[in-house]
Amino acid sequence: MIFERRLLTRDRGAGILEKFWQVPWSFVLLLCGVAAVGYVALLSAGSGNPDTYAQKHALRFGFGVVLMLGIAMVDIRVIARFAWVGYLGGIALLVLVLLHGNIGKGAQRWIDIGPIQLQPSELMKIMLVLALASWFHRASWEKVGNPLFLIPPAIAVLVPVGLILKQPNLGTALITCMVGAAVFWAAGMRWWKFAIGFGAAAIAAPIAYERLHDYQRARITTFLDPESDPLGAGYNIIQSKIALGSGGLWGKGFLQGTQGHLNFLPEKQTDFIFTMIAEEFGLVGALTTLTMLLLVVVFCYLVAFRCRHQFGRLLAIGLGTNFFLYVFVNVAMVTGSIPVGGVPLPLISHGGSAMLTVMVGFGLLLSAYVHRDAEMGPMRE
Amino acid sequence: MKWRPWGGGGMLGRERTVRKEEERRRGIFTRRAAVLGAIQLGAFGFLGSRLYRLQVEEGARYATLAEENRVSARLFAPPRGRILDRNGKVVAGNRLNWRALLVAEQTVDVGATLETFSKIVPLADHEKARIEREIRRNRRFVPVVLREFLAWDEMARIEVNAPDLPGISVDMGTTRMYPETEHLAHVVGYVAAPAESDVGDDPLMQLPGIRVGRAGVERHHDRILRGRAGAVEVEVNAVGRVIRELDRREGIPGQDVQLSVDAELQKAIRGRIEEGTTAVLLDARNGEVLAMATKPSFDPNIFNSGVSAAQWRQWTAARTTPLINKATNGLYAPGSTFKMIVALAALEARVCRPGDIVSCPGHLDFGDTRFHCHNRNGHGGMNMRTAIMASCDVYFYEMARRVGMDRIAAMGNRFGLGVDLDIELPGTRRGLMPTRGWRLAQGKSWSIGDTIVHGIGQGFYQLTPLSLAVMTARLASGRAVQPHLTRSIGGRPVRGSRAEDWPSLGVSDNDLRLIREAMWAVVNGGGTAGIARLPGQYGQMAGKTGTTQVRRVTREQRERGFNVNAVPREWRPHALFVCYAPHDNPLYALSVIVEHGTSGSGAAAPIARDIMIEAFQRLGPQRPGQRVAEGPR
Repeated sequence: MIFERRLLTRDRGAGILEKFWQVPWSFVLLLCGVAAVGYVALLSAGSGNPDTYAQKHALRFGFGVVLMLGIAMVDIRVIARFAWVGYLGGIALLVLVLLHGNIGKGAQRWIDIGPIQLQPSELMKIMLVLALASWFHRASWEKVGNPLFLIPPAIAVLVPVGLILKQPNLGTALITCMVGAAVFWAAGMRWWKFAIGFGAAAIAAPIAYERLHDYQRARITTFLDPESDPLGAGYNIIQSKIALGSGGLWGKGFLQGTQGHLNFLPEKQTDFIFTMIAEEFGLVGALTTLTMLLLVVVFCYLVAFRCRHQFGRLLAIGLGTNFFLYVFVNVAMVTGSIPVGGVPLPLISHGGSAMLTVMVGFGLLLSAYVHRDAEMGPMRE
Repeated sequence: MKWRPWGGGGMLGRERTVRKEEERRRGIFTRRAAVLGAIQLGAFGFLGSRLYRLQVEEGARYATLAEENRVSARLFAPPRGRILDRNGKVVAGNRLNWRALLVAEQTVDVGATLETFSKIVPLADHEKARIEREIRRNRRFVPVVLREFLAWDEMARIEVNAPDLPGISVDMGTTRMYPETEHLAHVVGYVAAPAESDVGDDPLMQLPGIRVGRAGVERHHDRILRGRAGAVEVEVNAVGRVIRELDRREGIPGQDVQLSVDAELQKAIRGRIEEGTTAVLLDARNGEVLAMATKPSFDPNIFNSGVSAAQWRQWTAARTTPLINKATNGLYAPGSTFKMIVALAALEARVCRPGDIVSCPGHLDFGDTRFHCHNRNGHGGMNMRTAIMASCDVYFYEMARRVGMDRIAAMGNRFGLGVDLDIELPGTRRGLMPTRGWRLAQGKSWSIGDTIVHGIGQGFYQLTPLSLAVMTARLASGRAVQPHLTRSIGGRPVRGSRAEDWPSLGVSDNDLRLIREAMWAVVNGGGTAGIARLPGQYGQMAGKTGTTQVRRVTREQRERGFNVNAVPREWRPHALFVCYAPHDNPLYALSVIVEHGTSGSGAAAPIARDIMIEAFQRLGPQRPGQRVAEGPR
């Protein structure tokens, strides 16, 4: 039976129903669990009123699930063929946001599309992963060893990174770099080239620091010494740590987070939502949330190992790394481990753009899983 | 996608090479993915350990910090916009007010804290009840006012005892102040603490000591005057005392509203009139209310600090109704001041020509009923002009009979009588302009006799002094001016200050000219109100007297020779006078009603003349003063 089913899915003519059966529902359930954590946290951020944030969150997630399942049904070969179209679309959006975007907090990041504000830099990361996966998926180990072969994908990474830096959005630009690097690494780029790359970055960093915007510099300096400016830029970090720490092992209880409800955090429903969870549900709640998010990343790796084509593997690794970076940067930020930079906690923070992007990514991931045995064409020398 | 072997020969060998190559690539991928996965797993482990350190190892320290070092956001009320008179004089302003506040969540035992507080500043039982009610109603971090208008020594005692008074703080707020006291109370209105129903979506309503407009302009323009709440982020210590201010977001201050009334003129008029008298002075060209005076009145400052039950009983029980603005809510029959409307209706319906003579023998018999003229001996032959001049009742009985009630009422409506007026005073009465339909809807009948009585402004009419002033302004200007009080909001003028802003009434110019001539003759041509003639330098006034019975005069009394001065005051007729001036270029329109004043020409007309003189002296014979309020506070 299993063998037969695999045969069916190998063929492009496999029916939608059979494909639907292939969707890993345990993963969908896991996503629902994470979104439910988000619902509870946003309920608390809205002081118990679901209309403030939580209801919208649930609606967005519901829409995201439909979108994800829809994308999962698209043949991975079709996705691979249009990968670069998506990439160019992402670039076009980035240019558009620079020309006509809405300005918020000193940066041009958003464009309004009907009811939601889209942050093209978020979408761009996914499109970049797609483009890189499609570039590398037929390349042999020897071919990846050829430096000339690496130049076009490197440009494909640097163009969006440059555009995102121009917004300016340092955090997302760095994350985009890292996502690209993860795909390069998994595709087999030689490790010494990585070493050279990191070395160059280490030399360039002080020069780049000189050219940073004041608010970006302030973030880095307050990270290094948060107490230096307790009422200024360091304020968020200190208050977030106090909230986290005072949560203790078991937390203060739902809606009982004094720090959160005294409005000490400016963005408790977005960037600092994890602080709310940790304050009200303690270490237990925080680690449970973190574990659920880790399981999502683990699933990405499982998909990567199951895929019989390099495109799916690289796609899964890229998307998994993207999700991991969201979680890591956000939680590290609120625990005062890295400088503050407006990165939301995916599936939990309030906000349509990140939710949409993450769910599109998971749609692609599920498509790779559903079509894991698809024939993607041979390797090239 | 189909399987596409490369080249032609050696297919099997090539395929094997590709397989091997694919296996190798997969192996490399697996190793590298494992490295990447290990790094990410390690990162998660790092986050977990970081959380453990923060929440468990250092948890106690942070718990203390959270307890001691709280940041809370507080709303504060922006200053309420002022209300200015037409010359920029403040008629509703703000003054400083020291008050004691309690934040319930910052004290362990609210009852005990209140007990301690009342030893320092005595609290009455009803105050305690109010405080407990407000604490229950609000969220626990919302400050509740314990006591307002603190004296200096009370404040000092609270500050000295601060350690025993957790959650209690003294802060400086503002309170409303009305420098004109009772003179403008009915126009400006007053503010009071919001009722439960006022606490809507505006976060300002939760603020301690907030006031909302409850009457008059304060209520009509409440949103504009109120502004939007500001917020301040402060760091507070364990007992809730503010350590420092972190961030402040200024609210949007309420905007100033400039009125068209002249406070000095208003005061002068109120000095001239007696209890039970109401006078409304409009700019005849655009409907601006220049003064709206009625006596008695009340001091709106009292509402701000809370009205005592005794005071409230006194106000509401008084027969003179000091709380009610009689200019907009007092209802009167117009009497002979209504005759211009009847005349215009008759002219427009072409049931008579101005020169047509109606003979007045002192009464009109219709069916079995005899309708008396106020001149028992009769006026003789009357045309329209002389009938208005002498206020002949018989002439207007006849006109009303010819034209019918509904056309009279329709003409009255066009002149602003019995319709909703667009004035910024909430609760303004529409009044009543009777029609046959209205009476039939009550299940009663309407006879021609009723129409005849209504021809002289008696009967079911219920009209406000304001609407009579509007009628006069419309007679003078020929335009459908609406009475209004607002000249500018936040320094921006409001539409409606030019005559051209108002549409024409659509009444024939010839008819209006005839009526105006007759009204001129009432004052200057030997009519009923010669007493109201103005001193020469102010031009000439046109007007019309009116006297309305409040009790029916019986035939018996009439035959015995009815002496009005012999009956109790409250039985005497109301005295009315409407007028505008100058006749050749009307600037001011005025209505005066003296309750139980006995005679329009005797009681109301002299007051009207004095008010007109006052207006000319203060506002000038040109366009009334155009000075705009001085800049922001």
